[in-house]
Amino acid sequence: MAVPILKQGDYLIASIQAALSDSDVLRLRDDLLDRAGSLRSKGIIVDVTALDVMDSFAARSLRGIAHMANLRGARTVMVGIQPEVAFAMVQLGLNLEGVHTALDLEEGLRFLDGLTKEPRDGRE
Amino acid sequence: MTVASDEVRVRIASDDDIVTARQEGRRLSAGLGFSSTDLTLIATAISEVARNIRVFAGEGQVQIRPVHERGREGIVVVARDKGPGIADIERAMQDGYSTRGSFGLGLPGARRLMDEFDIRSRPGKGVTVTMKKWALGGG
Ligand SMILES: Nc1ncnc2c1ncn2[C@@H]1O[C@H](COP(=O)(O)OP(=O)(O)O)[C@@H](O)[C@H]1O
Ligand SMILES: [Mg+2]
Repeated sequence: MAVPILKQGDYLIASIQAALSDSDVLRLRDDLLDRAGSLRSKGIIVDVTALDVMDSFAARSLRGIAHMANLRGARTVMVGIQPEVAFAMVQLGLNLEGVHTALDLEEGLRFLDGLTKEPRDGRE
Repeated sequence: MTVASDEVRVRIASDDDIVTARQEGRRLSAGLGFSSTDLTLIATAISEVARNIRVFAGEGQVQIRPVHERGREGIVVVARDKGPGIADIERAMQDGYSTRGSFGLGLPGARRLMDEFDIRSRPGKGVTVTMKKWALGGG
């Protein structure tokens, strides 16, 4: 099941619609990095609201997307982690170190706007 | 996938089968009074052991069925393969131990997600993981 990726301004939004197999996750990674590169995106939002399970493979792959995108100048936010999924991740011992998370799409967009659109204070 | 009465067997031979196994585990458990959080914990544990079958043994089987024991209701998951097996189970059960440079959280994580966990293996003869979870905090 392919994950639709929408372009919204400088950002890409990938909305996971259903359970993903491992090859779906890898395809999502490749598609996102390809498109972020060709469109010179500044931010990526991965909406995992509909994800049934975040197991170690999915977490590792999504973390990989964030790290690789970051090296190419795009920041990644993961939005919509469901409470049960978060609880399972904690039990598994997973962390999404280095990946920013937000409650929902609006909050994710606000986070990216804050990073990419606010005037700099010159001391970054 | 084979269904005999209320038992489900999913042959694991592709990565789609990992998804099928965890969805079947969730579906079967949903009829047994588990909370929705528990359903996600069970599905996550199944995903981890099914992936281990796929990655380390190539193929195998996940069997899921209800259990009734001493007035309790629950679910039992048996993941079995005839792959290379695990030489040092104690090590494989440690957080962060992986022979393929991965997180190494699948086995120890599945043990934490479920109420009971048993793993048996003999090198060259495959691995059998048996895990149970009890509904309604009956564990
Ligand atoms: N079904 C299996 N057959 C052979 N070896 C296995 C199997 N399951 C797990 N292992 C071994 O146990 C280790 C730990 O497994 P796990 O905790 O799932 O971590 P990971 O899959 O990230 O390596 C694996 O790296 C592998 O060496
Ligand atoms: Mg594993």
